[in-house]
Amino acid sequence: MKLLHKGIDFYMNHKKLLIMMLLVPIMAVPFFGFSPYMMRMITLSGIYIILALSLNLLTGFTGQVSLGHAAFYGIGAYTSALLAIRFDLSFVYTAIAGGLVAGFFGLLLGLPTLRLNGTYLSIVTLGFCEITRLVALNWMDLTRGPMGLTGIPLPKVFSWVIDKDAEFFYLILILIILTWVAINNLIKSRTGRALISIREDELAAEAMGINILKYKLIAFTTAAFFAGIAGSFYAHYASFIDPQSFTFDESIQILSMVILGGMGSNLGAAFGAVILVSIPEMLRGLQEYRMLMYGAVLVIMMLMRPQGLLGNVKLGDILNKKPVNEEEVSQDA
Amino acid sequence: MHKLQIEGLTKTFGGLTAVNNVAMHVDDNEIVGLIGPNGAGKTTLFNMITGLYTPTSGQLLYQEKDITGLKPDKITDIGIARTFQNIRLFPMMTALENVMIGLHTRTHSTMFDSILRTKRHRTEEKNNIQRAMEILEMVGLESKQDEYSKNLPYGEQRKLEIARAMASNPGILLLDEPAAGMNENETAELTGFIKGLKGLGMTVLVIEHDMRLVMSICERIYVLDYGSKIAEGVPKEIQSNPQVIEAYLGKGA
Ligand SMILES: Nc1ncnc2c1ncn2[C@@H]1O[C@H](COP(=O)(O)OP(=O)(O)O)[C@@H](O)[C@H]1O
Ligand SMILES: [Mg+2]
Repeated sequence: MKLLHKGIDFYMNHKKLLIMMLLVPIMAVPFFGFSPYMMRMITLSGIYIILALSLNLLTGFTGQVSLGHAAFYGIGAYTSALLAIRFDLSFVYTAIAGGLVAGFFGLLLGLPTLRLNGTYLSIVTLGFCEITRLVALNWMDLTRGPMGLTGIPLPKVFSWVIDKDAEFFYLILILIILTWVAINNLIKSRTGRALISIREDELAAEAMGINILKYKLIAFTTAAFFAGIAGSFYAHYASFIDPQSFTFDESIQILSMVILGGMGSNLGAAFGAVILVSIPEMLRGLQEYRMLMYGAVLVIMMLMRPQGLLGNVKLGDILNKKPVNEEEVSQDA
Repeated sequence: MHKLQIEGLTKTFGGLTAVNNVAMHVDDNEIVGLIGPNGAGKTTLFNMITGLYTPTSGQLLYQEKDITGLKPDKITDIGIARTFQNIRLFPMMTALENVMIGLHTRTHSTMFDSILRTKRHRTEEKNNIQRAMEILEMVGLESKQDEYSKNLPYGEQRKLEIARAMASNPGILLLDEPAAGMNENETAELTGFIKGLKGLGMTVLVIEHDMRLVMSICERIYVLDYGSKIAEGVPKEIQSNPQVIEAYLGKGA
């Protein structure tokens, strides 16, 4: 445990350099001669890295614990799939459209949840996830319901058709880098500080002039936008999607990644994603106990290192936030 | 015209009238005190001025504009900033970042400026850091810029909260018991600091229990008891006002 803490301190002090050094071997991944199965796992991890990074913006940085992230992932996937199947659009457009439509629903979900905090918010986002799944399941004309959408075309980046493992790998790598840079730049700015201040003390933030509605909506919309892009990639990559791929379980999985890796840390979220995608694969025989494993991981983390591997925020603190409503404000607000 | 004018302000919680028909005003570049026994309604009055509570009745005017019922962020934008009786800093943000939050209403970069690192973002960020450092220096915390605010000692947290409020360049600064929990030295230092604010052209409304501080820096004082204003005047008048003495002695404070 001591060694772990020491390692983490070292990382904190040499962040930029370490991330750059990581990037070199990552760029070379397609040349390592991995099996197609392994490449698939790596690409899948990439998708989850984007999902975890985007949820981290909303949960780790802004303090809004959402169980609805899979819904945005699904909305992005369905939007892209439909656009590609019906209009044969290039991935550049389907991905942007997937992100925008997901972002729009993020905005819609953000609006009614403005005054909800902690567990109440989580429950509403959970409901949203379930509604989205039911719509996908029952809107037969659009989604073909439980049969799902098949034959989603390979992604095209303008005239370049992506069909090799290595190409998929580089495409997801580019998406990860774009997401990472965007979220990182956002966090280290006037907007990012406003988001973090909402996590830290919503009432004080408002008293310092932060428009809570505006910034929560920014967080919801941006997080949903990037989840939508991840969904778009997934749709083209898997060539088949159905409502089963975007259930509440999926939301839990993404949230677990953020909590394991560390809320409020991008590298932490990325690690969380890689770890939670690969461990169940390594323990093939334990596939059925996947959810149990997530539970165990979370309990162990909560006890040993509640801020996650690289994070600095504790889930418990966010779920038990200081009151923000007038009637709740203590007499010495 | 008064800078801040309060007319017939009332706030009830269920059956309890926390603030009862209070009228008061603050003029430009004045340091005004607000005192009264615990539970008199002082903080509730601050909460109404800063938009955290909606008044049950009455009116708030800032520079002749009606600000009654405006949201807290709007009030700060207009020019009223505050500190809290129970410190409410952003614990996992550094001292510098806390002050930079205070600059929020005075800056304009959008999220797109930041994601794309536009010129506006870069210049504004540079100026912000410089400005925030200047303010930290004013309260003597420049060496603590990178400390998480939760790790600062109590007295420094109080100062940081004042710095954060000052960063919004407020037309009126509201301080809620700034000396609470401070030792004698710190209180003396704070007294000098608040006095200095007047020299900088600032306007201050301060709630405080430390009578030495109040009497030495306030030009005028309002006294609340059970939600009602029982006295107002210069420190001398307040000190010798029998009703005020009664209110304090009666509560054994
Ligand atoms: N949100 C609230 N709900 C119920 N009662 C409140 C609330 N805020 C303040 N009060 C009550 O109003 C009265 C005045 O409180 P307060 O303004 O904090 O007094 P002071 O700051 O002068 O010590 C107290 O009796 C307090 O209990
Ligand atoms: Mg009080």
